[in-house]
Amino acid sequence: MTEPVVEMSAISISFPGVKALDDVSFRMFPGEVHSLMGENGAGKSTLIKALTGVYQIDSGTIVVDGQPVSFTGPAAAQAAGIATVYQEVNLLPNLSVAENILLGREPRRFGSIDGRAMRRRAAELLDGLNLDIDPGSLLGSHSLAIQQLVAIARAINVDAKVLILDEPTSSLDADEVAELFRVIRSLRDSGVAILFVSHFLDQIYEITDRLTVLRNGRLVGEYLTEELLRIDLVQKMIGKELTVLDEIGRKAHSADGDGAAADRPAEYARAEGLGRKGAIEPFDLVIGEGEVIGLAGLLGSGRTELARILGGIDRADSGTLTVGGAGSKLRTPRQAISRRIAYSSEDRRGEGIIDELTVRDNIVLALQADRGWFRPIPKKRQEELAQSYIQALNIRPANPDALVRNLSGGNQQKVLLARWLAIAPRLLILDEPTRGIDIGAKAEIQKLVYTLAENGMSVVFISAELEEVLRLAHRVVVLRDRRLVADIENDGLTVDALLALIADGSVAEEGGVPDAPAAVSGSGAARASVADTRPDADTDPAPLETSGDRR
Amino acid sequence: MTATIDRPRTGAPLPTKPGRPPRRPVDRLRDVLTSPKSGPVLVTAVLFVAVFIVGGVRYNGFFSGQVLLNLFVDNSYLIVLAVGMTFVILTGGIDLSVGAVVALSTMIAASLLQTGWSPGIVIPLILVLTSVLGLLVGLMIHVFKVQPFIATLAAMFLARGLCYVISKDSISITEPTFVALAVTRIPLGGGLSITPSVVIALAVVIVAVWVLGFTRFGRTVYAIGGSEQSGMLMGLPVARTKVIVYVVSGFCSGLAGVLFSFYTLSGYPLTAVGTELDAIAAVVIGGTLLTGGYGFVLGSVLGVLVLGVIQTIITFEGTLSSWWTKIFIGALLLVFIILQKVLTARRR
Amino acid sequence: MNALLLRTVSSRLFWPIVMLLVLVLINVIAFPDFLTVTVKDGHLFGSIIDILRNGAPTLIIAVGMTLVIATRGIDLSVGAVAAISGAVACSILLGSSDPGNPGTVAVAVIVALVISLVLGVWNGFLVSVIGIQPIIATLILMTAGRGVAMLITEGQILTVNSAPFKELGSGFWLGIPVAVVIGAVIFAVAALLTRRTALGMLIESVGINPEASRQAGVRARVLLFTVYAFCALSAGIAGLILTANQTAADANNTGLFIELDAILAVVIGGTSLAGGRYSLAGTLVGALVIQTLVTTVYTVGIPPIVTMVFKAAVVTAVCLLQSPTTNAAFAQLRQRLAARTARVKEAAAS
Repeated sequence: MTEPVVEMSAISISFPGVKALDDVSFRMFPGEVHSLMGENGAGKSTLIKALTGVYQIDSGTIVVDGQPVSFTGPAAAQAAGIATVYQEVNLLPNLSVAENILLGREPRRFGSIDGRAMRRRAAELLDGLNLDIDPGSLLGSHSLAIQQLVAIARAINVDAKVLILDEPTSSLDADEVAELFRVIRSLRDSGVAILFVSHFLDQIYEITDRLTVLRNGRLVGEYLTEELLRIDLVQKMIGKELTVLDEIGRKAHSADGDGAAADRPAEYARAEGLGRKGAIEPFDLVIGEGEVIGLAGLLGSGRTELARILGGIDRADSGTLTVGGAGSKLRTPRQAISRRIAYSSEDRRGEGIIDELTVRDNIVLALQADRGWFRPIPKKRQEELAQSYIQALNIRPANPDALVRNLSGGNQQKVLLARWLAIAPRLLILDEPTRGIDIGAKAEIQKLVYTLAENGMSVVFISAELEEVLRLAHRVVVLRDRRLVADIENDGLTVDALLALIADGSVAEEGGVPDAPAAVSGSGAARASVADTRPDADTDPAPLETSGDRR
Repeated sequence: MTATIDRPRTGAPLPTKPGRPPRRPVDRLRDVLTSPKSGPVLVTAVLFVAVFIVGGVRYNGFFSGQVLLNLFVDNSYLIVLAVGMTFVILTGGIDLSVGAVVALSTMIAASLLQTGWSPGIVIPLILVLTSVLGLLVGLMIHVFKVQPFIATLAAMFLARGLCYVISKDSISITEPTFVALAVTRIPLGGGLSITPSVVIALAVVIVAVWVLGFTRFGRTVYAIGGSEQSGMLMGLPVARTKVIVYVVSGFCSGLAGVLFSFYTLSGYPLTAVGTELDAIAAVVIGGTLLTGGYGFVLGSVLGVLVLGVIQTIITFEGTLSSWWTKIFIGALLLVFIILQKVLTARRR
Repeated sequence: MNALLLRTVSSRLFWPIVMLLVLVLINVIAFPDFLTVTVKDGHLFGSIIDILRNGAPTLIIAVGMTLVIATRGIDLSVGAVAAISGAVACSILLGSSDPGNPGTVAVAVIVALVISLVLGVWNGFLVSVIGIQPIIATLILMTAGRGVAMLITEGQILTVNSAPFKELGSGFWLGIPVAVVIGAVIFAVAALLTRRTALGMLIESVGINPEASRQAGVRARVLLFTVYAFCALSAGIAGLILTANQTAADANNTGLFIELDAILAVVIGGTSLAGGRYSLAGTLVGALVIQTLVTTVYTVGIPPIVTMVFKAAVVTAVCLLQSPTTNAAFAQLRQRLAARTARVKEAAAS
């Protein structure tokens, strides 16, 4: 066996309050495509940044090509032969392709940049990638896929031993992905070690030779891709953390199939063929009154994109949405709010709280915005609202005048929830409301969701923790690779069954695989697998069957 | 256990090289016009020619070589200012201090020459002082992350204030070298002539074209305007370049001040008020994107010429008053900013 | 006691007030009767009154500017708007047969303010609908506005002879200068308008986090129109006061550099140029600091225009103090000090 070109041993990196990487080892072999897998907070990006010299490691060793190295910055990593192409192509659209490939190492004559030599050298490199574009043209005039390849050309110009591709395919279409893969394969064959990071499982299985899985900053294991079943991979990524939680009476919804159909709640909202190019394929979805719908899928599966369209944050470019019997086009969050639909973003700091304002201002913000600035909520009413939500949600410190910036993550999340509850929503969409918060706050939020639904509110709930989804949801909608792939009643659904759906519906058919769940309960799972094993499932955006159609 | 779950893409042929289909000239033209790089500057060129032709048709004696050359003679200092401003704006910054620095330079020149200093010392001294002021501004912007607009505002206050420290009143320049430079005309034949200031301004333009187009420093200026972050990741000397563009702008302001004092033969604290706006307008009308990254020095020269030809027309018209210049500049600024907005929005 | 001290020092008004007090102290030492206010013919007189009266136009514009800056914006066109407003009023007065008639003056004032408001809406349109960066959008009006003002005055300095109009600039009301009364009214209106309605909270919300505000349903466009219109209106009012004070509209010089003074007042008052939380009280203190500085320089006998050097020093100092680099350095210093005290305590305990 060849020697690994990169060997990172026992790497630990801490940030204030978080251990981002804990004793993680990682290696890459020349001539192999390797992928790093993990959900939010797994430590993927931290590990990559340690390898590219962006972060300094606290402990552990990095060996590149047999030499122990200690990177002081990205330049040092580049000099050691580690080249990186970032997700958002970090090039300059306003300069020429040739300059983008060679700037910083450009050929010079008498102090001037030798433009002709530069274009010649760039053309050679592009030729090596079998890419026929004019090196003198502006980078910005090319498609994102071409720009991606130009970034690779730049990366390999330094005689890279290791090429890191961080989410290179997230905005490419199928043909462009194929083009990229062709380049990756030819580089691999020439002996470069390639680290390919992607959310798309199909792509991972198509291109990679080896996988390393991380979870919560720790190493789960290193596997040969062809020996690791998808379901096992997903299981390893998600893990099975059982959270401490009071038993919530879930039995009411676990009646047998016929009963469930009879108990079918009145329809509140219906999406038909709703979709947005580049974000989520058209989907159908029916949301009942008082129903909790869990969205399950890996990061990047389209779960957030679906939720954002329902919440009016992003505009759908196809399909229709009917809310409360009336067709409605949600063009802005404002319109959604006036229809009593609230979307609580997964990005709490960036899109949720207003950190420099007080708890009270944050709680009344959406309600106040809906009323308009000239109709202020009376100070007394604001105080009542703030106090009642502080008590009901147990927000600490119980001080409406505290700046939200100074609250803990869990309490910030509760403030955000209070903001949405204050508008008395009919449909509440919660995108990872329990991520990154302490266990107590988590349990409180779960209980709250349950109570709200009991009182007739419809809830769409996204969580990376499948136990949480199964505990709360009446129905579970599964997404994979930006498509809705299953929509099933949660009666007796198990984590294993759900894992199978998230990984690949076809696993459920091969019931004989020892690691797969012995029996996928619920007809929904079977339906889903049928839907997904149609030929050309990857490229065909044909309408998917929904449970609604079957009832 | 060989049950692989990978579904091969059956027989999907890999796409061939994305080739370059032959393009019709019309498409080419449309591409060039809608490109944020060349679109605005071409519009400006057409505008300049059109305005010049309109002037030639309407007024006797407008359509002459000397009228054209006088655009350079009257605006040589503005050309130099616009060159410096182009560097700054290409990085996405702005320099509001240039007008005040021009005034300060005229004051320093006038007062030192009055006390008998030699021009051979005064001129280099001015250039060094204004470059140092630019350096301080650049450091404030880069090291202390002060917004360029505020940092250069402080420099503007400082420069204007220093003008008054030197003198409250206008000081005239009688020093022979300056006077000689002011009155000398370099004949070009056919009764046409230019001034030494024009030669200096054009030399500055040529150097700037070379620096921006063909040196690593120049390309880094563009890179910063395209994306500072990317430039840094590509290992370009972003920090140094960001500071130096303000030094360049300070130097150009000082030089413009010297040229301006050749032109007016005096130093006056309230001179060149609002010149920074003319310089910014010239750069923007010349096709440089205010957000940085796209633009040419020659475009800025063209921008100055457009401003100049408008001024000339207003002079020729006679009935039109001078304030129309400001209104026209404002309107042109608006048109070009919206044009930039449209062109860049289409790209994203 | 210690906690109280800490709260006072960390208040955003603390440093501006200290700055103001120091300036006043310098004046009192140099001119012992600086603080004396006398009553002559039923009118108040004294250095303080002068400062308040001369500072009123800057304060009025700074109030509008505060709200614009809170939305992450800036308005460079206020000086030009002030010039246009003064030019409009004066040309109406000159065109009328009876410029001394209060009715004519009222018409002139109202027309001038309506035009200012329209210019503000124009700025708001460029910023919120077309999406041009505020500094650039208002730069257009800054350039063209002076030309428009000169167009209105036809390049002349329009001197008007109208007693009621003159009152705006140099008159007294109940013994207090009219300009000061107007300044106080504008300040109060802005404070009430933003703090008694939800306007202030929504403006801050948009300034702090535009995307989170959008998702919460805040209509940024309406807010932007409102703040730019208000800012231009306050510029128009200030322009009238400045013009009335000189009884002449000078399109070139009315309100020259006043945008910079206004921005400076806002920054000194502790409102960050990056938008978000704003303090009208801070702006008031900032405007007073600037005017006191100008007056001090003037009374000390330095040519008034040299104050620009002092202003440059103040802008630089404030910017460097607000800079993240400086803050980081301070934080590091504090940490090191804390660590040292902890170590000293430990050593003492063992």
